[in-house]
Amino acid sequence: MARALINVPAKARRGEVIEIKTLISHEMETGFRHSTIGVPIPRNIITSFVATYNKEEIFRAVLFPAVAANPFITFYTVATESGTIAFEWTGDNGFSATETATITVE
Amino acid sequence: MVGTMDRHDGERRSRRDILKAAGALATGCGAAMLVRPARSTPASMQIAIRNVVGSAAVTRGKVTLDIPPLVENGNTVPVSVAVESPMTPTDYVKAIHVFAEKNPQPNVISIHLGPRAGRANVATRMRLVDTQKIVAIAELSNGSFWSDTADVIITLGACLEDAI
Repeated sequence: MARALINVPAKARRGEVIEIKTLISHEMETGFRHSTIGVPIPRNIITSFVATYNKEEIFRAVLFPAVAANPFITFYTVATESGTIAFEWTGDNGFSATETATITVE
Repeated sequence: MVGTMDRHDGERRSRRDILKAAGALATGCGAAMLVRPARSTPASMQIAIRNVVGSAAVTRGKVTLDIPPLVENGNTVPVSVAVESPMTPTDYVKAIHVFAEKNPQPNVISIHLGPRAGRANVATRMRLVDTQKIVAIAELSNGSFWSDTADVIITLGACLEDAI
């Protein structure tokens, strides 16, 4: 299970624009490299990242091999209501990781 | 006398050759890339951009692409894209795409937003193989496309060849 780090403010005012920072450990092997004996190293990357706020999608990204190892993505969203923000990464070789954060909106 | 000078020159040259060869081995990444040019070109970036925008016109403006102009390590280059938009349900940024003209694959990341984003501002870290031009394109909810470009100088590119 890949380790994921999420930074979501614990509390926010209703309607406030909050910043969300995400980081997941993943080698993001590009598929363009060769081993020392010349054998191509197969691609192994995260291809998709989705964030949902109380089950409603707020952010989606399609990742390509040019995204650096341990993908770090930051974005903004409007704090509408208290609840859960869920994050899901999927990728090559059946890779899948999920993480959630709770937010209290006053 | 002339003979000794020649010999000295010869020695110097051969030493230089050896050093060059050693340098090429050490930076095997660069040497191998000369043999196998696994890179896209500005033309292939244009094709990748056309695949995203279709036949629509792309106008410069509204988008701010922020990358440090001089980067030491191409393996992790911070990039952030901000788009001027009120982000209301009727006028918002639908998508942001980033392209690099010399990477083996020009696409870097494609991001899909909605009015709930509040602010059309995203950041990530990317790999760049060499000094090159980066293009960010934003698609607004009215179907128009806006772009910004940035030139980045890379001291040490993301290595394509050697597994470390």
